[in-house]
Amino acid sequence: MTTDVLKNTYTAGALPVRRHAPGGRPQQGRRRRGVVRKILQHALLIVVGILMTYPLLWMLVGSFKPNDLIFLSPGLIPEEVTLEHYTNGWNGLTYPFGRYILNSATVVVGALIGNLVSCTTAAYAFARLRFRAKPVLFSAMLLTLMLPIHVLIVPQYIMFSSIGWVNTFLPLIVPKFLAVDAFFVFLMVQFFRGIPRELEEAARIDGAGYWRTFLQVMLPLTVPALATTAIFTFIWTWSDFYTQLVFLTKPDTQTVSVALRNFVDTTSASNWGALFAMSVVTLIPLFVVFLVGQRFLVKGIATTGLK
Amino acid sequence: MAVVEEFRQLRAEPGARGFRRRTDAERKEERAAWTFLFPWFIGMVLITLGPMIASLVLSFTDYNLLRDPAWVGIENYERMLGDARLHKSLGVTFTYVLIGVPLQLAAALFLAMVLNRGLKGLSFYRSVYYLPSLLGGSVAIAVLWKQLFGVSGLVNQVLGFFGVVGPGWISNPETALSTLILLHVWTFGSSMVIFLAGLRQIPDMYYEASAIDGAGRWRQFRSITIPLLTPVIFFNLVLQVINAFQSFTQAFVVSGGTGGPVDSTLFFTLYLYQRGFTDYQMGYASAMAWLLLLIIGALTAINFLVSKYWVHYDD
Repeated sequence: MTTDVLKNTYTAGALPVRRHAPGGRPQQGRRRRGVVRKILQHALLIVVGILMTYPLLWMLVGSFKPNDLIFLSPGLIPEEVTLEHYTNGWNGLTYPFGRYILNSATVVVGALIGNLVSCTTAAYAFARLRFRAKPVLFSAMLLTLMLPIHVLIVPQYIMFSSIGWVNTFLPLIVPKFLAVDAFFVFLMVQFFRGIPRELEEAARIDGAGYWRTFLQVMLPLTVPALATTAIFTFIWTWSDFYTQLVFLTKPDTQTVSVALRNFVDTTSASNWGALFAMSVVTLIPLFVVFLVGQRFLVKGIATTGLK
Repeated sequence: MAVVEEFRQLRAEPGARGFRRRTDAERKEERAAWTFLFPWFIGMVLITLGPMIASLVLSFTDYNLLRDPAWVGIENYERMLGDARLHKSLGVTFTYVLIGVPLQLAAALFLAMVLNRGLKGLSFYRSVYYLPSLLGGSVAIAVLWKQLFGVSGLVNQVLGFFGVVGPGWISNPETALSTLILLHVWTFGSSMVIFLAGLRQIPDMYYEASAIDGAGRWRQFRSITIPLLTPVIFFNLVLQVINAFQSFTQAFVVSGGTGGPVDSTLFFTLYLYQRGFTDYQMGYASAMAWLLLLIIGALTAINFLVSKYWVHYDD
């Protein structure tokens, strides 16, 4: 995938050089100008890159600096390294921070399994099976892509609180088993459409039913799409704030997002170090998943326009 | 891109197949389809459609979770007309969307163009630029922002280096919203990746042919790249407007849940949250939710209508 991108962009980029092929000396001048331009472009890209990542690095470094030094210098090299922010931050709330990490992990794992199971089966029906209500249901699914959560959250809250699910993980996990994330259904539909029909037809001729064809022939081929779904689900669920804020109001079920936000409100302005430390802790899983799953992420947003 | 195309195709799709008797195989396929769709369908009814209707009904009631909902007709909607904070929140949100989205898209398009020139290290740069858009929605980044633009934050430290005494960007109602807009622009990476994918689909031969005809880089940009990229720009625009209108986390964390200072960061969604989950005015919050849905729907419709005049499709 990545090499693909590189190959294509390189051929596109090579054009201006090819354009001025005839002529001896002017070509040399062109080439020199091309080199200068390349250097300028790299310089621009590097400066923008530094501007964009500097705040992140500054926070990382700040989490190891003593509080009185964080604001003294904007530099990245700490004069003095301390781990006290991590121990203070870890124990700064009702429960040790590990509890919130565990809560977040529970929600993430639940949502992950739910999305992988439910979105895949729904997508298979939309992509491959013929049924009369398809045009209506498929448009309905596409429309929910654009439906703001804010329209649903009040009735959902009333519903979940009436059955005693508020302050449990259920409102965050159960809907995922019902394929409410239309983005992933759509992503999978796109993917299934790209798989040649012959494979299924062969299986069907051999007497395999629809479920067997799906499980044994199609599913093994959708691993890249499953990976994309898993990675996005992880990132979105881990950094989700709104629904977790609404449904989890007691400390024992709160997730890292909600806990960190409470920490902001309870921490005095002088103790930024601990806040930074816990922010870094919550960003680490995202960063790791980003490093591992980059190519799936890029592919995913390129095909469906996810975040 | 794909989503927009999907909608365009739907419109072209022929209607139902009439009342022909179906074969056994067709019936079997239909049954199988429903077993595959079963969880999705339950979710559609219970988690999406049901709450949507419930929210519409609730918007005509007065309901605080404790007593039964009382029907009040269009009172909630009338109240919205005279609610100064609601008007303020609409102003804040529109400012955020109308400034933040174009700036973010411009940054994304510009860097995608530079990256598409065939420089070495494309995938490295792409990762670096993409990272903020992945992290940007998290509470941790809001915490960072609150610090960056605080009175003694990084921005003011750097300004101090040049002898400038910066204000408390976040505590000043004049500048608080700008810091959030900047945060939005900072997350241009995902739009950029979509632009890059779109740029790759423009066939080289267009550039080759125009070069033979003597077109320069600027001319190529104006007459080939931009027109052929308009479907992608349109797609990004629709998506970003919808997303930006629903921004919540950053304003909530940075302002400590108040939308302050002086309501200068009171996003519509933030005000909705306050009404619904702080004041438990479920009826009023539902009415606001429907207003939000109408606004987003209208903006998307306008986008689609106007697109006829500037988006070029190949077919």
